[in-house]
Amino acid sequence: MTGGITPSQTVGPYLALGLPWSDGPFAVAPDTPGAVRISGQVLDGEGAPLPDAVVETWQADPDGRFDHPDDPRGAAKPGVTGFRGFSRSPTDGDGRYEIVTLRPGPLPTPDGETEAPHLDVSVFARGMLDRVVTRIYFPDEPAANAADPVLASIRDPLRRATLIANAGPDGGLRFDIRLQGERETVFFDV
Amino acid sequence: MTVSNPPVASGGLVLPRYRPATGVHPPLDYPPYKSSALRHPQQPLIPLPQRLTEITGPLFGAERVGEHDADLTTGHEGEPIGERIIVSGRVLDSDGRPVPDALIEVWQANAAGRYHHVVDAHPAPLDPNFTGGGRCVTDSLGRYRFVTIKPGPYPWGNHYNAWRPAHVHFSLFGRAFTQRLVTQMFFPGDPLFPLDPIFNSIPDEAARQRLISAFDIENTVPDWAMAYRWDIVLRGRSATVFETEEGQ
Repeated sequence: MTGGITPSQTVGPYLALGLPWSDGPFAVAPDTPGAVRISGQVLDGEGAPLPDAVVETWQADPDGRFDHPDDPRGAAKPGVTGFRGFSRSPTDGDGRYEIVTLRPGPLPTPDGETEAPHLDVSVFARGMLDRVVTRIYFPDEPAANAADPVLASIRDPLRRATLIANAGPDGGLRFDIRLQGERETVFFDV
Repeated sequence: MTVSNPPVASGGLVLPRYRPATGVHPPLDYPPYKSSALRHPQQPLIPLPQRLTEITGPLFGAERVGEHDADLTTGHEGEPIGERIIVSGRVLDSDGRPVPDALIEVWQANAAGRYHHVVDAHPAPLDPNFTGGGRCVTDSLGRYRFVTIKPGPYPWGNHYNAWRPAHVHFSLFGRAFTQRLVTQMFFPGDPLFPLDPIFNSIPDEAARQRLISAFDIENTVPDWAMAYRWDIVLRGRSATVFETEEGQ
């Protein structure tokens, strides 16, 4: 039963009127020790950048906890002041988004496995009737990534690699989101 | 990096499970909506089990809503042109539970069908007293309410003589990543419904009708503004006990 769930519609070309926040890209203040900058481009099936998309991320805190009552381990205030786990960045004319956050901790699963540090990502854009969902993993966590059950569920190593960010020249991370075609990013049904 | 709270050992982690929305949402690949052609994945979506990151989410509330945010007709020097309306309703989950203290963001065209945005080239007037962005928060019973101007329909380039039915964009977080929803609210009786590929991208007729608000005489304020009622339903959840090694 879907119980009368309200269907999705596209954000359309004018999402800038409703969705950007001045503090949106900052899951944590940029001058926080350990803050990591993650940026990249959102690209269509011809490799053209999307200037009218918005990227949102959600994640655990560095201790692997959530300030949320549905976490059965209990809601936990983040150890770092001002960390909120969520970021939102509209893309610019070059399809580029950029967020600033802290590396999340690993997470236990009900099956006794451990999820590697990751961010859940939603992408909304004109031309997309629903969001797409992906994940960002960290390139310097090879052992944790190898044990991650979500990455393990993706058999093709080339596809799996689309979920792992690359080290950027500025000490940040680069994560491009390819909506379609060659090297299409893995998207999830959640 | 120090992990001060190591992951809980296997067993005992009981997570709510959000019900699937099978058949409710539009397909990402929908050729009548031309902009979807290069913006939909061609590989099948991979199932993502709902674990801790998915069953939690940002809990934004009143702290993100400013003084004028729930009344799009204020905050400017004068009053906007157009038909002042009240839009209200409830945010519920698909099990009928209200979603309290939840942020709603809205944006829309003005009464002439023009967005306050550089990309909008529709030759209709901008209104210096209407920007078209707003926010409100649900109360303890999941109720929301905002005041605005009824948006106009407008032409767009999807096909010859294409017009969008009048609509207000809505963005909701709910309480979990799984519940995130961006959608559009329409007005009753719009003659453009049968012609709009975005509205008709929703495969199920009953689901499509759920995007249309209802005229609401009860909340209409005499001598001031007509009201429209629109309830929003997010995915419901149930607590599921996963198998544990120790048993219960």
